[in-house]
Amino acid sequence: MSEEKTDLLDVQIDGEWHQFPKGTRMIEACRQVGAEVPHYCYHPKLTSPGNCRMCLVEMGMPPRPRPGDDPPEPDESGHLPIAWIPRPAIACANTIAPNMGIRTTGALTEECRRGVMELLLANHPLDCPICDQAGECRLQEFSVEHGKGKSRFREQKVKKPKNVDVGPRIRLDDERCILCSRCIRFSEEIADDPVLGFTDRGSHTVLSVYPGRELANNYSLNTVDICPVGALTSNDFRFQMRVWFMKETPTVDTNCGTGCNIVVHSRQNKIYRITPRRNNEVNSDWMPDSHRLNYHWIDSEARLTDPLIREGNRHRVADWSEAIAVAAEKLSGLEGGEIAIIASARMTNEELLMVKRLAKHFGADHLDIVPRQGEGDGYLISADGNPNTNGAKLVLGLKKPGSRLASIRKGIQKGSIKGLVALQENLVDDADFSPELLDKLDFFLTSYPLANPTADAADVVLPGACWAEKSGTMINVTGRLQRLNKAVDGPGQTLEPWEIVRDLVQATGGENGVYTAADIFAQLAGEIPEFEGLTWGGVGDLGLPLIETGETIPLLEREKERIAKGLVVG
Amino acid sequence: MSFKVPKTLEKEIDERVTHYPVSKRSAVMPVLHALQHHFGYLSEESIEWAATKLELEPIQVLEVVTFYPGFRQSAPGKYHIRVCRTLSCAMAGGYKLMESLCEKTGIDRSGVTHHNPVAVSPDGKFSIEFAECLASCGTGPVCLVNDDFHEAVSDVDALLNQYS
Amino acid sequence: MSGIQYQSGKEPHPREHRVVFKNVDREGWDPSIKTYMGDGGYAQLEKAFGMKPQEITDEVKKGGLRGRGGAGFPAGVKWGFIPPNNEKPVYLICNADESEPGTFKDRYIIHQDPHQILEGMIISCFAVGANLAYIYIREEFPEGARILEKAIEEAHAKGFLGKDILGSGFDLEIYVHRGAGAYICGEETGLIESLEGKRAYPRIKPPYFPAAIGLYLCPTIVNNVETLCHVKHIIEVGGEEWAKTGTPNNTGTRILCVSGDVRKPGYFEVEVGKVTLGELIDDLCGGLKEGRKLKAVIPGGSSAKVLRAGEVFKVGKGENERELSIEDIPMDFDTLAACGSMAGSGGVIVIDDSRSIGWVLNNINAFYAHESCGQCTPCREGTLWMKKITDRVVAGNASPSDIDTLDAVARNIDGRTICAFGEACAWPTESFIEKFRDELISDTDPELEGAIVNPESLVAATALK
Repeated sequence: MSEEKTDLLDVQIDGEWHQFPKGTRMIEACRQVGAEVPHYCYHPKLTSPGNCRMCLVEMGMPPRPRPGDDPPEPDESGHLPIAWIPRPAIACANTIAPNMGIRTTGALTEECRRGVMELLLANHPLDCPICDQAGECRLQEFSVEHGKGKSRFREQKVKKPKNVDVGPRIRLDDERCILCSRCIRFSEEIADDPVLGFTDRGSHTVLSVYPGRELANNYSLNTVDICPVGALTSNDFRFQMRVWFMKETPTVDTNCGTGCNIVVHSRQNKIYRITPRRNNEVNSDWMPDSHRLNYHWIDSEARLTDPLIREGNRHRVADWSEAIAVAAEKLSGLEGGEIAIIASARMTNEELLMVKRLAKHFGADHLDIVPRQGEGDGYLISADGNPNTNGAKLVLGLKKPGSRLASIRKGIQKGSIKGLVALQENLVDDADFSPELLDKLDFFLTSYPLANPTADAADVVLPGACWAEKSGTMINVTGRLQRLNKAVDGPGQTLEPWEIVRDLVQATGGENGVYTAADIFAQLAGEIPEFEGLTWGGVGDLGLPLIETGETIPLLEREKERIAKGLVVG
Repeated sequence: MSFKVPKTLEKEIDERVTHYPVSKRSAVMPVLHALQHHFGYLSEESIEWAATKLELEPIQVLEVVTFYPGFRQSAPGKYHIRVCRTLSCAMAGGYKLMESLCEKTGIDRSGVTHHNPVAVSPDGKFSIEFAECLASCGTGPVCLVNDDFHEAVSDVDALLNQYS
Repeated sequence: MSGIQYQSGKEPHPREHRVVFKNVDREGWDPSIKTYMGDGGYAQLEKAFGMKPQEITDEVKKGGLRGRGGAGFPAGVKWGFIPPNNEKPVYLICNADESEPGTFKDRYIIHQDPHQILEGMIISCFAVGANLAYIYIREEFPEGARILEKAIEEAHAKGFLGKDILGSGFDLEIYVHRGAGAYICGEETGLIESLEGKRAYPRIKPPYFPAAIGLYLCPTIVNNVETLCHVKHIIEVGGEEWAKTGTPNNTGTRILCVSGDVRKPGYFEVEVGKVTLGELIDDLCGGLKEGRKLKAVIPGGSSAKVLRAGEVFKVGKGENERELSIEDIPMDFDTLAACGSMAGSGGVIVIDDSRSIGWVLNNINAFYAHESCGQCTPCREGTLWMKKITDRVVAGNASPSDIDTLDAVARNIDGRTICAFGEACAWPTESFIEKFRDELISDTDPELEGAIVNPESLVAATALK
């Protein structure tokens, strides 16, 4: 019997008995055994108001004996009979109880769902053909599953505001809104910016921002993600692409050291939007707008598309074999002490291992990255503007990233450093290297996704893929190893940086032999103790804890508190 | 005209706020009542003043203002009449009372909607709206004129004469 | 009651048994504390301070006092739901948001006998351990709010409120909180949200049972005005003695408010279950109007299911089973429930044969459409839908199938909502259709079948295929 176990309770779901930890919400118990309960207002990261009523299910408990009656007898399996309650219960906010029964199918549950769907659709416009949410609209999906297919509503629909600017990035259609309050709760509970609210009453209730105020916080677009219908739409994405045409690639954001887990939505090598992907150890279900929208440069005119070789005052287009050959020749003519390599903490561990090989091959002493220390925002944006500082430390063995940049500049200045390899960094704009200083070099090679003043100063310019165009692993600020997956191809002849460095190593007579990022990962596992025993596939979509850093993510810490209080499921 | 809450009113409001030692937010309704009593209705300035006073976002105050029909966002007449519309009063002639009040005061209710329930007489002296059950069902039809309760109203002229 | 003089023309009916309404319409009576104390007021408070809080609760339980606000839940049991190991503050709220259509009793107590409420409240606060209490009064009682605030001031001056009341060591402050015209604030968790300065959205139960997680998430007891007044009288005579009035399980007196088509509408405090509906109409209210026949009665506020004249109600079980006509129904909690309706708030609305059922139902539907808080789907969308259908019935613009749709909408609300408003708004429609279907159908036009179609729904149907 369940009473004997303190932690696990016996619950019957659709006729089968299961065990769940005490405190589990009914809806989560059902989900865990594959009995999805449709819902709109419930979100595991937010409080549960129980307002949509879509998750009503039939529920039962052991019968309570009347005074004087015998208590009910358990069956052979030790379970008591279930007295089904005629009044349905919401599965979202109720927690399981010993010997509870839940029916997610059957007449009562189905009737409730049909009823709620009919009522939700009564005043909902049927503008699916022009609605951005079409294809990922819970209302649309459930109306197919649970709707009647024919409306009995013969009245005039309630008119509400349409196409309302609620903030710089979001538009609201109040007629589509089903008043689930997810966006209001998100703004209040997660973003600490309670600018949204319901005004008016009853059937006339509308979602509103206060006149003159805006939903403008840097997490506002998360409300679009959690809007179950097309009420809140992103200005960036609306009318751009039908969702069912897009390819979804799970990968990791590289705008800061947090490494928010994301999905890149693309079609024919063009990115249309980025959405956060749940990782309860990294970004929960959210991401900052500033990171989400930082993708338009990826298919911009400013992209480098071909290797370039300087001739006189201008660069000419070359192919890879020529560009690599030129670089190999120039670098081979220099002593190890005369070569400096500046890599990037925006590079993956795999790329950095290749950099390490390159440095070792030339015996280059001067090796560093460009640090990006700033301020965190107290939510998801970390103080570290680089996504892989921990990888750079671990793979390159850098103790204090950025501490050698000054001596490299000095070496160039006085002529002791004659050759410089700058990988995936814009030294002029981001690291205080002036074009005049770079001009002093005998040979300067740079790789980068975009044309920039650093490239102008280089002898060889190589088009290096950006984060969305490559695969590899990174270690975030908390020490979690996470995997990037290539979502789109880079333009033109663009190569992933690990390929570029591998080719350089090979061309200068170094070792041969890696063909994929996964191959390099296997080498990491072989030579860096922290990676021992790990496999490329084993990193998975959610990553795994690799090293202890003592860093935490403020938003997650607050989420943990709310979970501990039972306010949210988590 | 610049918005200003007189000292005496603010003092009264501050005293009301002390009735809610656990949460200032609880004082939203009394603060709004005091402002509406003084200004006749709740302007955007009043709403924002209340929000500042109680350290709330203005939307949190607007949510409350628009939820409760007892709060108005437009200026009523000098005498605001609320006529009970609900069953017992309707059976006793509540709708008829509304009609004659409108007729006598020259109020045109044709522009009344869910969002604008109050209609004002051309001279601004009277305004009128329907109210739901005023809890005087045994003496219908009833109406409130400002704070005065009038039960079993049969003589509309006599009623209005009290407010001339 | 002997010796008490009432104002001329307002004398209680001989069938009445005045306890809570003892001072209403009393000759020479005023709401001052002087008058109240001159009549033995606050003596029960002193008596209560001589008891242990648990003893007070026990007396209330012994009295079997059932809530007079609508649900009829035993007050003592409600008090007992405060968790025994509670360490948080406890609050008590007097629900003076009287707004169930057909109900008009609390206003008279507030206006004429405010100290009775305060005495009942102070005793109740002492019983449940509340040091802060509010009277949530509807905004449409501005005079009532002023009277209560004055009474609180007077009670303070006499030491019945404030610190160390009457040397008992017990502290209590009571404040008046005015609503702003929302029926939903009568629902106790809606009221609590309103008192927290929010939209009066009722809370989900579980987990927000007010006695455990109420105002500011602390244990909170919400009782109706009349209920709290009775507490004083229970302390006066003792629970057992008090329970001798009324009928078993339906103890005490309650105030019935009668409105609608009777000659003398009004309020009548009677022993619960000792007066039948027929007696109430014919004796206490002077019968129906000249030449009229009884058509229907809504017996407990507009949310109560309607009773049709001529219906036969089967009540009781086994050998106690008996048949009742509408006139035979004793006005108590259990019998009205057995008749498929409820005693509710005590508001009795009498409807005679001059009334159109479609019109009555439409008036009720308009009320609920206006008062739905809009938080949860079924009620938010359903109440306005029901009103729009009955609008068409009244306008002669409905077809017979509209009546079926109306019924279906009500049944999609009933039992599916966050709070009891769902039942409150669905029961009138369900019961009127069940009992007066023929009349409603006769108001419709079969030729309109299929003719009235909202163009948007056509698009809807196509888009969903």
